[in-house]
Amino acid sequence: MSKRIDVKDLNVYYSKFLAVEDVNINIEAKSVTAFIGPSGCGKSTFLRTLNRMHEVIPGARVEGEVLLDGDNLYGPGVDPVTVRSQIGMVFQRPNPFPTMSIRDNVLAGVKLNNTKISKGEADVLVERSLQGANLWNEVKDRLGKPGSGLSGGQQQRLCIARAIAVEPQVILMDEPCSALDPISTLAIEDLINELKDQYTVVIVTHNMQQAARVSDKTAFFNIAGTGKPGKLIEFGDTPTIFSNPTEKATEDYVSGRFG
Amino acid sequence: MTTTSLTKSRGAGHVGDKVFSAATLAAGCLILVVLFGVALFLVIQAFPALVASPDKIQGGEGFFTYIWPLVIGTLIASVIALVIATPIAIGVALFISHFAPRKLASGLGYVIDLLAAIPSVVYGAWGVAFLAHEISPAYNWLANNMGWLPIFQGPASATGKTILTAGIVLAVMVLPIITSLSREIFLQTPKLHEEAALALGATRWEMIRMTVLPFGRPGIISAVMLGLGRALGETMAVALVLSSGALTASLIQSGNQTIAAEIALNFPEASGLKVSTLIAAGLVLFVITLGVNMIARGIITRHKEFSGAN
Repeated sequence: MSKRIDVKDLNVYYSKFLAVEDVNINIEAKSVTAFIGPSGCGKSTFLRTLNRMHEVIPGARVEGEVLLDGDNLYGPGVDPVTVRSQIGMVFQRPNPFPTMSIRDNVLAGVKLNNTKISKGEADVLVERSLQGANLWNEVKDRLGKPGSGLSGGQQQRLCIARAIAVEPQVILMDEPCSALDPISTLAIEDLINELKDQYTVVIVTHNMQQAARVSDKTAFFNIAGTGKPGKLIEFGDTPTIFSNPTEKATEDYVSGRFG
Repeated sequence: MTTTSLTKSRGAGHVGDKVFSAATLAAGCLILVVLFGVALFLVIQAFPALVASPDKIQGGEGFFTYIWPLVIGTLIASVIALVIATPIAIGVALFISHFAPRKLASGLGYVIDLLAAIPSVVYGAWGVAFLAHEISPAYNWLANNMGWLPIFQGPASATGKTILTAGIVLAVMVLPIITSLSREIFLQTPKLHEEAALALGATRWEMIRMTVLPFGRPGIISAVMLGLGRALGETMAVALVLSSGALTASLIQSGNQTIAAEIALNFPEASGLKVSTLIAAGLVLFVITLGVNMIARGIITRHKEFSGAN
């Protein structure tokens, strides 16, 4: 249950403003791909086009193709709701539903897709998803308590549990650790390593060490200046990007000379 | 040297602090004093009616017999208003906050707010001159087809000046309050939670059910209670629209009366014990409103843990 993503000639617009220009990238199934780059270079925007979440912002649109195992996400008749149920997302700030218990948070997506689920099945799924997010042991005694009572790191793992409970093909993570302390960050990074056995993971990060630690491949995005569109500068195996990049801009960025 | 510089303080800043805290304390106390003053006034003025011998009270059977049909009438009119207004208000608020294009939304919100600015006597006039007349064929239909239900028992009022008409007019009056408060609450739903729902593959309506409505729940309850407060206390519209009478189960016959309208209609010609009786009726209304608000508070605090405020 994991699929590859191929992006062909993708342009992202906010109304008339071209935010990301001409991205071509092939993301392997069951791998971790990291997007790095300075702020405002369009990496988060691009990530959100991979499950059509950019459409939440009025006026946002794309040109080009995003193929999930060959099926175009932007093809005619494709429902963004279906796309998002197959390509899950974890956000920058942990966002468990405050009005739901931990258990209901995990089941939130499942209940949308399949309204009839027996209590037994639900119990199994809750345990499996929380185990999968390395959170089970910490919350198994308080599944009925609100998710907002957990620590930031636990909340983020709860969000990951919620995302994997619907068994998506791909999991997108938009700076999932930027609001977390180092210990919680480590827990999430360990989890990402385990997730790639089953899922295709794409992660946006500001932290280059994190990209180096967790990803198989790294894509470097950059922006020529304010008001210019973001571009994919270089994409390759993570060790190559960090030790022997082809582009000068990539080398400058990963060696800390700017950004 | 260091100790003196630490113990020295900017005098002016502290004066401002003290003035401000005294002012807020005074404002807070004033509310309590006013509330207490009103309650005290009502109790003192109502006392003669409460202790008077039953045959002296209007109707001749004591204050309780006099007041309880009015209490029921008030509650019926208010409940009708809320049953009609709440779903419409929530629907309109959701449309404005989450479905309508931005331009239409602000225009519509403005119109809704304008509804709240119309004086209640105008609503009353509209109710009696237009609505009552237009709606009486519907009452006839209800009496003929659903007359087996006690609340729609015929014969329907020929003028249409019934408690149901009063309830509908009240619904229109409380609609803007509930709508604009709900809209404000819905707009405050954190984007983060809405996106979380959408990213799980929720449709727009599912997203609203998962995040906007649960988040807005306490706010909706407060809005409905404010609406109820207005419906309970509304005088002019009911006094104009309702052809009052004894308590009847049927909503489409003339009859029933609310406390507020009863006071307004009788007060000008009242004297002596009659005044006390009407003030006692006011006291009962005061207690009902207070009770309703306390229940609403209770509902809101019981769900605090899951409110999204933490």
